[in-house]
Amino acid sequence: MSLASLLGQPLRVVNVGLELFARELEAESVVVVHVDWRPPSGAPNVAALLARLGDDAS
Amino acid sequence: MPVRATVRRSFYQDSVMLMGVAVELRALPGVREAAALMGTPANHELLASAGLATPETKAAGPEDLVLAVDVETDAVGDTALEAARAFFDEHRRARESTGRVLPRTLDSALRQLPDANLATISVPGAHAKLEALTALRRGLHVFLFSDNVSLADEIELKRLAVARQLLCMGPDCGTAYINGIGLGFANVVPRGRVGCVAASGTGLQAVASILAALGEGVSHGIGVGGRDLSVEVGGAMTLLALEALAGDPSTEAIVVISKPPAPEVLSLIETAVRAAGKPVVVCALGATAQPGAPGTWVSTLEDAAEAAVATVRGSVWTPRTFSDPAAVRARLDALSAREGSRRGGLLGLFTGGTLAHEARLILEPLIGPIAGNVGAPAAGPHRILDLGADEFTRGRPHPMIDVSERDARVREAGASSEVGMILLDLVLGRAAHPDPARSLASAIRDARACAERDGRSLTAIASVVGTERDPQGLAGQVARLDAAGVVVLPSSAQAARAAGLALRPELAATMLGAGR
Repeated sequence: MSLASLLGQPLRVVNVGLELFARELEAESVVVVHVDWRPPSGAPNVAALLARLGDDAS
Repeated sequence: MPVRATVRRSFYQDSVMLMGVAVELRALPGVREAAALMGTPANHELLASAGLATPETKAAGPEDLVLAVDVETDAVGDTALEAARAFFDEHRRARESTGRVLPRTLDSALRQLPDANLATISVPGAHAKLEALTALRRGLHVFLFSDNVSLADEIELKRLAVARQLLCMGPDCGTAYINGIGLGFANVVPRGRVGCVAASGTGLQAVASILAALGEGVSHGIGVGGRDLSVEVGGAMTLLALEALAGDPSTEAIVVISKPPAPEVLSLIETAVRAAGKPVVVCALGATAQPGAPGTWVSTLEDAAEAAVATVRGSVWTPRTFSDPAAVRARLDALSAREGSRRGGLLGLFTGGTLAHEARLILEPLIGPIAGNVGAPAAGPHRILDLGADEFTRGRPHPMIDVSERDARVREAGASSEVGMILLDLVLGRAAHPDPARSLASAIRDARACAERDGRSLTAIASVVGTERDPQGLAGQVARLDAAGVVVLPSSAQAARAAGLALRPELAATMLGAGR
């Protein structure tokens, strides 16, 4: 992915956090998937390690 | 004076949702105070200071929802807590009625939308880095609205972003426009040929709105976060954004909006401006151009927009003190005839941090040192407060959404003999409060009436950042303030100058003349 993948291309958005922002994007006909986020349980370092699983290889 | 509280375990809600509930609860008859918060350590302190802590609330954890009300009777308490339950149930029903199953993680969202190209992230600061890192590693550009992200984490995120040629807009990025779509707090403006790189959300909103008023539009407005031009971050995103806009065929001129860059970073920016191959307007509030610096340097957000318009139209731009000096003179003359000699200092109550900073820069040469929470410490009768600063937003939404803090301070100003003038900004746009002028006008009426009862006068001067296409509508919001006796100027810079002129009428000859 590069800068050209964003500027000049239709926005396709994953929204993590305030649901209000997802609704505002939908109102502008932007494709958006809202994440029903909640604080990860357990120590933050465990959450960070878990998140690294599945990282791309690049 | 009972306090009633309930805790819902493992029931996370975002701060905007919680504010909506708290506002509804406070509006109920017999409710003196209400809180709807997650049980974080900071929120436990807020509950305690508001007198809303109970043994039950004290046991709540960060994933638990706390509802607490200070009510006149137990029956009112029952009604209020039931109303809150109904609010959340209704929201859940509305969500379920769409038939969509919301993913719980960014990765599961990407399984639903594998060709996503942007993540917008606004989780609490402690969790923001993890979400942003995940997004960047998955190849997504990031709009990072969250604040309270450490400088070290910002550096790590931006290094990764640069390595992958991805934008990491933020942390603490309030506004951006990508392909004409507003992100975060964004005014509804046309798409156009001016690209912006902005270390300030409200700065970008102000420039975009003025561009719209002048008949131009924004190609892209890339936010970078307020610390990007610090020596530690090194302008990482500003440089990448300049490169992106330089290569963007829809961008004919570029506006850079920031505070003064660190000296070490300035030379990097100047090199990028020279390399852009397009006209660049630099608005680094508080900085002046060094000899030989590339680009057109301006000193206010309004000047930045006007200079950019002149650039793309090939016309000559000359800075103006006021767009309509005769109208300003008439309003100020009418004010002084009605209010007589003014006593007390100026109190600036801003929701836009950059607008507050700009106001101080304009006003200090006119009226002397200004205290408050914007810029270097100072003492004196005048104060400017940025109500969007961290100390005011702990555990609550930004004052562009939650207007209660400023309304309360306006009313307090009416009762204070130390305040003779209030200077305000009103920032409209998507995601902002649906009708901020209504409650602000009401607060101003109350404050002025209170001052008059004490034999004082209270002058109110304001500017409104917005467009007619914003959900709130610019003209209607201005009309509400006007009807409350507020002097409304077309820009924050002009409002600050008018405030200075009202406090120092002897400056009229120079400030209301032909030019600067």
